[in-house]
Amino acid sequence: MLIYTLKRLLQAVPTLLIVITISFFLMRVAPGGPFDGERQLPPEIEANLMAAYHLDEPLPMQYLRYMGNLLQGDFGPSFKYKDFSVTELIMQGFPVSLEIGGLAILLALIIGLPLGIAAAIKRNSTVDYLVMGTALTGIAVPNFVLAPIFALVFGVLLGWLPAGGWNGGALPNLVLPVVALSIQQIAYIARMMRASMIEVLGSHFIRTARAKGLNEGEVIFRHAIRPALLPVMSYLGPAIAGIITGSVVIEQIFGIPGIGRYFVQGALNRDYTLVMGTVVFYGVLIVLMNLIVDLLYSALDPQIRYDD
Amino acid sequence: MTIRQFIAGVGCALIALTPPLAAAAIEDGKQVLRRANGAEPSTLDPQLATGSWESSILIDLFEGLVARDAAGNIVPGVAASWERSDDGLHYTFHLREDAKWSDGEPVTAGDFVYAWRRILSPALAAPYAYMLFPIQGAEAVNRGDQPVDTLGVTASDPHTLEVTLERPTGYFIDMLGHPSTFPVPERAIDTYGSDWTKPGNLISNGAFTLSEWVSHDHIAATRNPEFHDAENVALDEVRFLPIDDARAALNRFRAGEVDMADSVPQGRIEWARENLSEALHEAPILATFYFAFNQRDGSVLNDRRIREALNLALRRQVITRQITRLDQPSAFSLVPTAISDYDGPRFAFVDDTMDERLARARALLEAAGYGPQNPLHLTLDTITNPDTKRIPVALAAMWKPLGVEVTLQNSDAAVYYAKLRQGDFQIGMAPWIADYDDASNFLDLFHTGVPNNHSGYSNSEYDSLMDEAANTLDASGRSATMARAERVLLDDYALLPLYFYIKLALVSPTLEGWEANPMDDHPSRWMHFTEH
Repeated sequence: MLIYTLKRLLQAVPTLLIVITISFFLMRVAPGGPFDGERQLPPEIEANLMAAYHLDEPLPMQYLRYMGNLLQGDFGPSFKYKDFSVTELIMQGFPVSLEIGGLAILLALIIGLPLGIAAAIKRNSTVDYLVMGTALTGIAVPNFVLAPIFALVFGVLLGWLPAGGWNGGALPNLVLPVVALSIQQIAYIARMMRASMIEVLGSHFIRTARAKGLNEGEVIFRHAIRPALLPVMSYLGPAIAGIITGSVVIEQIFGIPGIGRYFVQGALNRDYTLVMGTVVFYGVLIVLMNLIVDLLYSALDPQIRYDD
Repeated sequence: MTIRQFIAGVGCALIALTPPLAAAAIEDGKQVLRRANGAEPSTLDPQLATGSWESSILIDLFEGLVARDAAGNIVPGVAASWERSDDGLHYTFHLREDAKWSDGEPVTAGDFVYAWRRILSPALAAPYAYMLFPIQGAEAVNRGDQPVDTLGVTASDPHTLEVTLERPTGYFIDMLGHPSTFPVPERAIDTYGSDWTKPGNLISNGAFTLSEWVSHDHIAATRNPEFHDAENVALDEVRFLPIDDARAALNRFRAGEVDMADSVPQGRIEWARENLSEALHEAPILATFYFAFNQRDGSVLNDRRIREALNLALRRQVITRQITRLDQPSAFSLVPTAISDYDGPRFAFVDDTMDERLARARALLEAAGYGPQNPLHLTLDTITNPDTKRIPVALAAMWKPLGVEVTLQNSDAAVYYAKLRQGDFQIGMAPWIADYDDASNFLDLFHTGVPNNHSGYSNSEYDSLMDEAANTLDASGRSATMARAERVLLDDYALLPLYFYIKLALVSPTLEGWEANPMDDHPSRWMHFTEH
């Protein structure tokens, strides 16, 4: 297991290298640069800026410089947020995104899994239709519609919760963004759990369990749920990586200081270093989450063993 | 029913349940102002900042030689008084003796010399260094051709600053209200390097001083007891919240979570007029929304007749009443009417009826070889922005009956501005918001070869009139010369102006001391809450 883990981590290195290299050059191929703005700068000032950020060097040279700094853990200064380094921005924003995203996933699991199980057990019943209908709506209504409505209804009209702001992560400020972020996940997880549960309930070992006279509760809780969780697990890996790295919509609507906006705004601003920083960070997270999921697989399914 | 209509319907239904505005922000006897402040600042270094959302923080943290009052007028700042030499090239500023930094050290003329040399040093690569180009030697210093100590700024004693200009610059004093000219603390910069703007490191000389900065969350500034006018500053704390989504800002204003918001979503303007009339302010600011015609060699828009026809056929009021819904003043010139001490010209056709204008537009296009049978094909470029995307559609519809077929293109800001810079467009959106209250800030945009001359417009008569104005000391003579230059520009139909900006702001009715003003500068030091 340890050797397997190490092997996987080593394999991740070339993957990340490729991701970084492709992102680096793709970013530079995009038309427009970090200093193309409403105010066009006099040539001498633009020259000063290009020199200050080493953008006047040949591209391969810039790439080598970037990789060299990266190896020393230096993501460089942000082009846009000049008073912060990319590392500072990510380190300040990530705990916030992690908290919101982690809570959202937790909420999604707590609500989504039982809903999916219930729908599978009561297949083609009112419960099933109700759960799946709601889930479809959850998937179909995007965040950018839900979040402003939440803020308006619960923040402005009813005044129960803050309409926005982080306030150091105070509980009332967490509720709306976490719920808004989890709705879609609840829907996905419930649908996935239902489908996987139905498949498991139709399999031979469940029939055997029933034939042995086990009651339905035991069949479901002791035998069916664990294997049915496997597809949900493999979905969770990338989903968690995606959610804990923030959501630009949720952050903008609720004023959350997370890192989700850096992906989008960084790209739009041609903030090369910030985009690269978030790409590396997201890449590492994806690799780690997938590895954790694979390791959990073996815990859930005794048939999967990572002998070397 | 489209999704948009559905959302609008739900929104309207919910709006009907609106509770009244929340109470003032007086917490534990302390006055705390919470400002929804657009975007997250790029920097709090006055010499690197470029955005208006940064300026609004910097004018609270720092004070330049001059400052602005609540109405936006220039008032003495660190300089208690100043004199100008007869030739207009030399200024002597007398600094107030009680001006102090937040660490208690005096603000001296040397601080300004340091700051101005710093912004012009090539190593700092300050985008707004060009603001100081009127100062003698500034451009050469910034190019790296001359050492910084050749700059025409000297401290003859700790409280006297001498400035020599390249040429009489009519707007020089007004320009000193811009953050790029503010003093900065050399000792903090020496000690902390680029981290000098962080809370705890930042030393400032304004009415407030930085106490917290959590990126993308908030910036808190508390009253600076060392400020020379501290006893007249009522607010104990100002919190700047970077809320870049206008809907979110409106929600938070209505929920009583912010006391000021600097925008209103376009679709909610009429609603706000009806329901937030006490809080909503609509006032002109110094900005023009215009489209640039690419007049470089080989461009079809090099033909003046076409440019005139496109201007003639535009129904500007249709755009401001039915699309932007702000009823902005129609623009028939480049310089906004709200600019100070300037009485500029307008397009010659401004008093003609629409029928007369259309007839002339058709005749002009026909003379140029175009018409419904032989349409003129043009592309019109804009930035991807939900608030302005309907304007190009309207322009295309207004020009279509003349036989002008317009292809609309939009791109994100970086791509768009790169296209403008490279001259890779035919008609392109080019809004301009003034840096200082002077007609030259707009008119300079059309001087041959300047960086923001997106059109590639070049007219030697215009250039020489603008040069003449720049060297004219007498204010009214200078203004008249600039008006002559603008006449040349308008007779050339060198641009397609649509409207002058109206700025919307939401301000809590319990906040006093906020005044709408054309520069849209609102220093917190003049504001206070009253208990209703």
